[in-house]
Amino acid sequence: MPSVAIRAQDFSHYFGTKQTLKKINLDVAENKILGIIGPAGSGKSTFLRALNRLNDLVPDSRVEGTLLVEGVDVYSADTSVAELRRRLGMVFAIPVPLPRSIYENVAFGARMAGLKDKSALTEIVIDSLKKTALWEEVSDRLHSSALKLSGGQQQRLCIARTLALKPRFILLDEPTSGLDPISTMKIEETLRQLKKDYTIILVTNNTKQAARVADRTAFFLNGDLIEVDETVRVFSAPSDQRTNDYISGRFG
Amino acid sequence: MTIAVLFFIIFFILKKGLPVLSFKFLTTNPGEMGKTGGIFSTIIGTIALTVTAVLIAAPLGIGSAIYLTEYTRENWVTRVIRFGAECLAGIPSIIFGLFGFILFVTKLKFGWSILSGSLTLAFMILPTLIRTSEEAIRAVPYVYREVSYSLGSTKWQTVTKVVLPSAMPGIVTGIILSVGRSIGETASVIFTAGSALRLPTSIFSSSRTMSVHFYILAREGISMSNAYGTAAILILAILAVNLVTYAIMHRFMRKYC
Repeated sequence: MPSVAIRAQDFSHYFGTKQTLKKINLDVAENKILGIIGPAGSGKSTFLRALNRLNDLVPDSRVEGTLLVEGVDVYSADTSVAELRRRLGMVFAIPVPLPRSIYENVAFGARMAGLKDKSALTEIVIDSLKKTALWEEVSDRLHSSALKLSGGQQQRLCIARTLALKPRFILLDEPTSGLDPISTMKIEETLRQLKKDYTIILVTNNTKQAARVADRTAFFLNGDLIEVDETVRVFSAPSDQRTNDYISGRFG
Repeated sequence: MTIAVLFFIIFFILKKGLPVLSFKFLTTNPGEMGKTGGIFSTIIGTIALTVTAVLIAAPLGIGSAIYLTEYTRENWVTRVIRFGAECLAGIPSIIFGLFGFILFVTKLKFGWSILSGSLTLAFMILPTLIRTSEEAIRAVPYVYREVSYSLGSTKWQTVTKVVLPSAMPGIVTGIILSVGRSIGETASVIFTAGSALRLPTSIFSSSRTMSVHFYILAREGISMSNAYGTAAILILAILAVNLVTYAIMHRFMRKYC
């Protein structure tokens, strides 16, 4: 049994009076891909954003229970939020390159963390771009605007930008929802490569994507964790009727 | 219709003013109260007053806009601030002049000076600066902030490295509008910066701006041709400021957007 990297214990989340996560108990294993599936509004993105405390940006956001990342309580008072977010890198649904050059996008996190040495920055940028197989495509135009890349390239750039943080985890929030099948395939291939070095949580609207890349799959519905198991089991013999209904396309 | 009026005004002023213009007109100081000589000191006065006013008002205006958008939630305090700014924008400039005269010129004893004039102008352009900056900052996509935070930035880093650079085109537009207004402002400046024709030597010197010079030349019937010459320079200056800004913004946008 691989070691547990993230553990949620009776973890609940509220926006104002609305409960968006209901006493979630979930373990995420190290160096595996956990897929999270579920219909819109089921709390899967909220769970992801609870991990790196991005929900904190929303006023009236509140949590109960505990959330441990490598044994440390995410919501304890002496957790450095900036440091936490560097440890749990996040990739968003639509690729959002900042309006700067490719180089500056990838170097952004390291710069914000206070790294000024040029050669060290360049090394991080090249290394991160290589990991996402983007290096060959952009090596000759690192200093042109990131907004000129295609959608799929932009999303791989966003993954590279996240890797440049040297995180332990990668949180992906429906990373391919806006991309064509070929770009999607490239991203999925990248994720399989990255599994060796990172623990990955992949939230997806596309159940087939979870089936393709996730080692374990969790099914969320209306803020409840319905079930979590080996992906093969979830898709071949789900233990809950609702999971079965969802993956066979009866609702959602 | 607006275009027609615009062209009529420009055409009329230039037709009357251009014959007077020469290199000498621009580079010599006025003589005999403006009857002879050029307008050099008033050009310098205008630039000094405008630059100082913008230097005072821009940090205040942008700072207020950042506070209103990034550091507070919408509540009665922000509504009062915004309402105050709107009211400030509606006050006639002559009232500002009177206010500046009483506060800066007499009470604080700055006298008729560039300092008094630019402080008064700063108050006048503040509402525009706040509103345009606020709109520009609000127009920055919310996801940019999320991305910045998710990459481990602090709030201050997010505001200064991500939000402000993206809002810069809008903020600069607001500053240019303010520059245009400052250059053309007459009523409040007569009361606060005075109308000395000497070349200003410090921010405590009294100085005459181009628009004040134009007003006095025309009002006192000193020299209509020199008045139109001054007006032509005024219009050309404002046009140039707008064009240059447009060009800079255009290049900036093409580079990264």
